[in-house]
Amino acid sequence: MIQDTSTLADDRHHKPASQLIRASRKTAGRALVVVASLGLLLVLLIQILHTTGAITAGFGDWRPILYAYLLWAIAFGAGQVLIRGERGLRALFLLPAVFFTVAVVIFPTLFGIYIASLDWNLSSLEGPRFNGLNNLIALFNDTYYWNALRNMIFYTVAVLGEYAVAFGLALLLNAEIRARKFFRIVFLLPMMLSPVAVSWMIGKSLMEYRFGPAASLARDLGWDNPAFFASPWIARFSIQAMDAWVSIPFIMIILLAGLQAMPKDVLEAAKVDGANAWQSFWHVTFPIMLPVSVTVLIIRIIFKLKLADIVINVTAGGPGGATDTVSSFIYRVYRDRSNVGYGTGLAMFYLVMIIVFLTLLLRLSNRWTQKVV
Amino acid sequence: MTVLTSTPKPLRKHHATARAKRIFGRALIYGALLFWAFVCLFPIYWTVTTSFKSAVDVTQGHLLPWLDFQPDWKGWRSLGLSPDTIFGTSTARAEFVSRFVNSVITSVGASVLALVLGSLAAYGLSRFRYKFAWMRNDDILFFFMSQLILPPVVLALPFLVLYKALSMLDTRFGLILLYTLTVLPIVVWIMRDQFNAIPVELDEAAFVDGLSVWGAFIRIVLPLAVPGMVAAFILSLVLCWNEYFFAALLTSTDAKTLPVMVASQTGSQGINWWSMAALSTAAIAPLVLVGIFLERYIVSGLTAGAGK
Repeated sequence: MIQDTSTLADDRHHKPASQLIRASRKTAGRALVVVASLGLLLVLLIQILHTTGAITAGFGDWRPILYAYLLWAIAFGAGQVLIRGERGLRALFLLPAVFFTVAVVIFPTLFGIYIASLDWNLSSLEGPRFNGLNNLIALFNDTYYWNALRNMIFYTVAVLGEYAVAFGLALLLNAEIRARKFFRIVFLLPMMLSPVAVSWMIGKSLMEYRFGPAASLARDLGWDNPAFFASPWIARFSIQAMDAWVSIPFIMIILLAGLQAMPKDVLEAAKVDGANAWQSFWHVTFPIMLPVSVTVLIIRIIFKLKLADIVINVTAGGPGGATDTVSSFIYRVYRDRSNVGYGTGLAMFYLVMIIVFLTLLLRLSNRWTQKVV
Repeated sequence: MTVLTSTPKPLRKHHATARAKRIFGRALIYGALLFWAFVCLFPIYWTVTTSFKSAVDVTQGHLLPWLDFQPDWKGWRSLGLSPDTIFGTSTARAEFVSRFVNSVITSVGASVLALVLGSLAAYGLSRFRYKFAWMRNDDILFFFMSQLILPPVVLALPFLVLYKALSMLDTRFGLILLYTLTVLPIVVWIMRDQFNAIPVELDEAAFVDGLSVWGAFIRIVLPLAVPGMVAAFILSLVLCWNEYFFAALLTSTDAKTLPVMVASQTGSQGINWWSMAALSTAAIAPLVLVGIFLERYIVSGLTAGAGK
């Protein structure tokens, strides 16, 4: 999916013209980087000593570190251009994004691993205390957490249902119909809505027990007590229905693009051979769409594993934790107990599980698509 | 592949049954399309009409305006947006506008920043061969893409601590940084696709003319990449606007965004339906308009790389 395997990619890469760079320019560049690095370390050192109380001079908060990092990044970039010339200019395209990512992703994640080993209640006066593996042990004993993980299995499997509906819609839109643009826009609309707004629009008003249209419809159909969020499994399906409503357009659009890119002559040949609609779908369309399907399923699963907003705002994980996702559970852990350390520990463990799961999934899907194709 | 042979029928009857089948098929297709269109539109319709209802209409479950009930500006009045209150002062409307502005600033700011960082990186990955430690272009691209996997929870609490230390809690700039990080992988993905589609000969012609690498990028390639940039920008805008998790954890009064305001009203029990419906309608209206008018760009952004 991400591999760029064509040799055309190699043709696209320029070969840098060899340049002779003056030695003085190189030293100037190196000096610039060294000075900036020293400056950053100095500011860092001052602030660390200040917070631990070793020295009185210092800054009110850690923001000067941020500015020092920015200056350092600029100096590094300029230094690259000075030292390496043409190659430096090329590196300059990539460096801003890399520095940004390192500062905003890598560093906080590493910092998070450190926090996960602490017992740190943000609202209490005492600071963090080192907790070692206690957080991990508490994690394994936390029934709510494992319950949330089990719910994630349900939500992930439900993606297949979303996929089926979206595929059907894509086939419909791909057929010979009029007003295709109208239907495409209408089908796209649910994806534009904020999950928070959807939480109220559907969860708390449409599905409301007393006056919501969905409840009234259910009563008309014979269900006397249409409480959509009272019993665990019905609540799960309700939440899943809302998330599916918002997410199906995404899958549908990508599948539609794949269908439109499919060569028409294969389907024509199948029709000539006498295949009916179902056979030409199952034996021709579906196998050809397999790579796109796998890609969109994996992307959808990646987003599904992050599900939190709808659960937080409609059921707050209830009833009794039945609809909880890991993210919504950790959100409540933080809100209720203000324990940053334990919460981060739960999150880190979840991240590891996600990485393991996705690696397995990618490997399985690669092997499976190769077998079929 | 199995080959079916149909049993030959008398020609006239064959045509009649074939036509009947085709009409039935068409009816089925349009029926399914209209059904799903109803599923998509009804919740929106319900919310908009509820914003014009009063208490009796809500409890009776009336559906059609002017037929079942008389529309009333009550819901919009509580928000300060009805025709009679729109020119007066209203605290509810002032708060709504300030949250709206916050959402606009954070979304647009993050989208612009992500567009700049992402386009530069995508161009570099498309044109040059990088090598850093063991990582080559594909590994670097995977490095950017893999950030999509990070659930917001993993970063939320460390960021809470970090922003507290940096005095960036409850600031719009703090949110902008986080949102940029959320959409950067998507921008890189779309723009790399876009740049790959622009032939290298254009770059080389620019070199022959004496432009440097950056000159060729800014003067020649960038103007051609505008469609992709627009698509990436709009897609990022949609994602940032609807973001709730980080905004809920990291803002309180100054930088609160629209989803957080809507969510805080959802939770409180005393809120009445028509005000809530008016608020929801106002909250979803901008993106519904974007969806209707800019659907083309959203679709082209989403399908970058697919179906090729």
